[in-house]
Amino acid sequence: MELEGNVLGIRQASRLHLVGARIVDPATQLDTVADLMIENGVIRRIGSTEGGPGEERINLAGKLITPGWFDLHVHFREPGKEVAETIASGSLAALNGGFTGVAVMPNTNPPLDHAGIVSWVKNQATPFPIDLQVIAAVSKGRQGKELVEMAELCEHGVQAFSDDGSPVASSWLLRHALEYANMLGAVICEHAEDRDLAANGVIHEGAVATKLGLPGIPSVAETLGVLRALLLAEYTGARIHLCHVSTAGAIEWVRWAKNRGIRVTAEVTPHHLLLTDEACATFDTSTKTNPPLREETDRQACLEALADGTMDVIATDHAPHPFEDKASEFEQAPFGIIGLETALGLCLTHLCPRYLSLQKLLEKVVAMPRQVLGLPPVRIAEGEKANLTMIDPDAKWTVAPEKFLSMSRNTPFAGWELKGRAIGTISHDRYWIRDS
Amino acid sequence: MSSFPHKHLLGLEDYSADDILKILDTAESMKEILARPIRKVPTLRGVTVVNLFFESSTRTRISFELAEKRLSADTVNFSSSGSSLSKGETLLDTARNIEAMKIDIVVIRHRAAGAPHFLAHHLEAVIVNAGDGCHEHPTQALLDVLTLRQKFGSVKGLRVTVVGDIAHSRVALSNIHALKKLGATVAICGPATLIPRDVAGLGVGVVYSIDDAIAQSDVLNVLRIQLERQEAGLFPTLREYQKYFGVTRTRLEKAQRPLTILHPGPINRGIEITSDVADSEHSLILDQVTNGVAVRMAVLYLLSGAKQ
Amino acid sequence: MEYRIKTVLVDAQGFDRTLTRLAHEIVERNRGTANLAIVGMQTRGVFLAKRLAEKIQTAEGIGVPLGTLDATLYRDDFRTRLKSPKAQITDIPFDIYDMNLVLVDDVLYTGRTVRAALDALMDFGRPRRIQLAVLVDRGHREMPIRPDFIGKNIPTSMNEEVRVRMNEIDGEDAVLLVEVSP
Repeated sequence: MELEGNVLGIRQASRLHLVGARIVDPATQLDTVADLMIENGVIRRIGSTEGGPGEERINLAGKLITPGWFDLHVHFREPGKEVAETIASGSLAALNGGFTGVAVMPNTNPPLDHAGIVSWVKNQATPFPIDLQVIAAVSKGRQGKELVEMAELCEHGVQAFSDDGSPVASSWLLRHALEYANMLGAVICEHAEDRDLAANGVIHEGAVATKLGLPGIPSVAETLGVLRALLLAEYTGARIHLCHVSTAGAIEWVRWAKNRGIRVTAEVTPHHLLLTDEACATFDTSTKTNPPLREETDRQACLEALADGTMDVIATDHAPHPFEDKASEFEQAPFGIIGLETALGLCLTHLCPRYLSLQKLLEKVVAMPRQVLGLPPVRIAEGEKANLTMIDPDAKWTVAPEKFLSMSRNTPFAGWELKGRAIGTISHDRYWIRDS
Repeated sequence: MSSFPHKHLLGLEDYSADDILKILDTAESMKEILARPIRKVPTLRGVTVVNLFFESSTRTRISFELAEKRLSADTVNFSSSGSSLSKGETLLDTARNIEAMKIDIVVIRHRAAGAPHFLAHHLEAVIVNAGDGCHEHPTQALLDVLTLRQKFGSVKGLRVTVVGDIAHSRVALSNIHALKKLGATVAICGPATLIPRDVAGLGVGVVYSIDDAIAQSDVLNVLRIQLERQEAGLFPTLREYQKYFGVTRTRLEKAQRPLTILHPGPINRGIEITSDVADSEHSLILDQVTNGVAVRMAVLYLLSGAKQ
Repeated sequence: MEYRIKTVLVDAQGFDRTLTRLAHEIVERNRGTANLAIVGMQTRGVFLAKRLAEKIQTAEGIGVPLGTLDATLYRDDFRTRLKSPKAQITDIPFDIYDMNLVLVDDVLYTGRTVRAALDALMDFGRPRRIQLAVLVDRGHREMPIRPDFIGKNIPTSMNEEVRVRMNEIDGEDAVLLVEVSP
């Protein structure tokens, strides 16, 4: 398929010679400065290599090559809200941010709840050198009443189910979804939240909400949702993945569950690691997200949980909304923050190495997200398909939403000065590299 | 002569004690105008003010409108009780229309907290918050402290308790900011379900007994209690509320000294306050209403003067 | 604002003599104190008015009603200034209907403040006559306004200003000619 509007300059990786980069892959325990020879999308040689005729030579001295990053939690809005994001724009945003793989959530309109629509979505992504995985809905129409045809969906490549945007509506349904998915070797990704307690809240319930006079979402709403998910996972013996954990309370229970041997994995977003509800104090709707930005104690708990391994994955919960939806009263604005094009820079500037070594960081953005979905690991080794993220660790840049390839601009990180930026990716036999 | 350091009045949280005192002093000059044979000055001639009321509030709107007319501004009223979305037009579009009509000052009442901040962000006009959701109602708090200052000479050192539905009250929040900044000791009193979380961060004490509140206060600012909170399950019945939190003469007489009573209105007589208290010589409820016009004149005067 | 004192135009003694003369002229022109009232303009005009009233009391043995007027809210430059002038108290505790009012200000310059004060007075009723008394007339009128009683005529250039200082607020009585740096 032809790629229209190829803004990144994506082309075939037929004979590619990457010279002088530091290559880091925790999976193969690689951390070395070497050249990479890639032929027809496959890594032929690692080490000092001689150039040959007809090959493209890229000098990457001082740069970093890691296995391709994977974002386990994105919303691409197609079908239904193509003014916010399409599969094409979302894929380009992912590549621009250094991700070679994403898992899209099913809360589109109509929702991704049967094999036909899942195949259609995957098909839309084929022009792009990206691994687009679909997380299908747990319930038909995301109505929380009847299970989707999980077995058939698994046959179409789905390995995870979620009613994200909402928790699975009833404990009854969640229990049976866990049992049925477990039979298929699939995982349930739960947006853990007690909706009764969250009620009409729009911001974390605490001092800032009190000062702003905005209805709050109490942290216990998440804790309760997480506890329900954990206890049902234990009871059914099934595997569960917790989306965007944000509270100290929930984290304690995840830690407890892991010690107890409950099969749980959990993710945390860059915005919950780096921002608190203080960011909402000017009624800036780009800070409105669910779960809401929490208090400093919660943020510290998230950082600690990331460092000690209680949180397995960093995922962005990339949730695009068009300007006109966000340009409204705080209470009426939709929840969501976009993250694909800021995550890598935020991680390298603020999390690594302060809280995580580079090797540990790569586990959270390369290995674990794929493991949660049961995907084969991506490794940098001779003979492997090249699936790589190229990074300039010293590049200083300012977050400028108007330059995003995402169609939306709803980020609270606009104007942030970051150090470290994706400069290219290679996967699916193709590559792009940023003009420096 | 000094310039007023704010372009808008969005809330009192970011106003200093000096800013508040300047408004109160100016309001005293405005009160004198209201006592003249011709209660009107030409100060804001040629200035256009739109009163955007997305939530019905006859009293506040009339008070603002009078203040504008006393200063000779041209006023336009817009009222819509539905939310902007239900009308099909967004607040942003409403804002842009205002801009196109060359309005100098926008007085806005809106059910959404932060709506005035939103307008301030998108408009060149001066924005005056006439009450936004459960956030702030700065002119109400200003008239409350003006009323207290007139009675006590100074607000400093006064012990004021705000009684009632604190969690859903913009009046409470603005009052807490104004009173604290002027050096009063502020407490809040109400059922635990109507006290917002982490309210201690605002520097106020919390009491759950109205008798304790009376024992430790010079002033009670009694808020209106709304039936819809009962319907939302936040307290059992208005009857029980009246019994345990209602301000009655019997309760007040237990204190050794008379307490001064404020109420932002409209009053639910016999619910949060009994008629004999509301109409007593210690009630300043009608002074509040008079002061409301003067305070709003002062705010409009100072903000339009600061315009470049 | 930076300024440099060029000359002391009137010292404390001269200040008092001028006021005494003005008080006598006012009584003479009005043929006594019947229906006479004095209104001082904020800020220094208020103290000048008070002293004039005292001098009339001493000379005539009878007090005249005294009022205070702030014309800030009637000014025509309100919308063009960057600063909001402080609105001060207006207090006219008598009915001005059919009175002979003497409006008192310290320095008469463009005439715009007096214009504002006249408008303000009209909102209090209909006096029989309004007269204007100023301590200093420094010229440069921009309105057809003429004082009835003048303490000193002091022609000035545009970069000069006249500063009246009074015991009540400045700790001394004097009239200074100052040069204002641009």
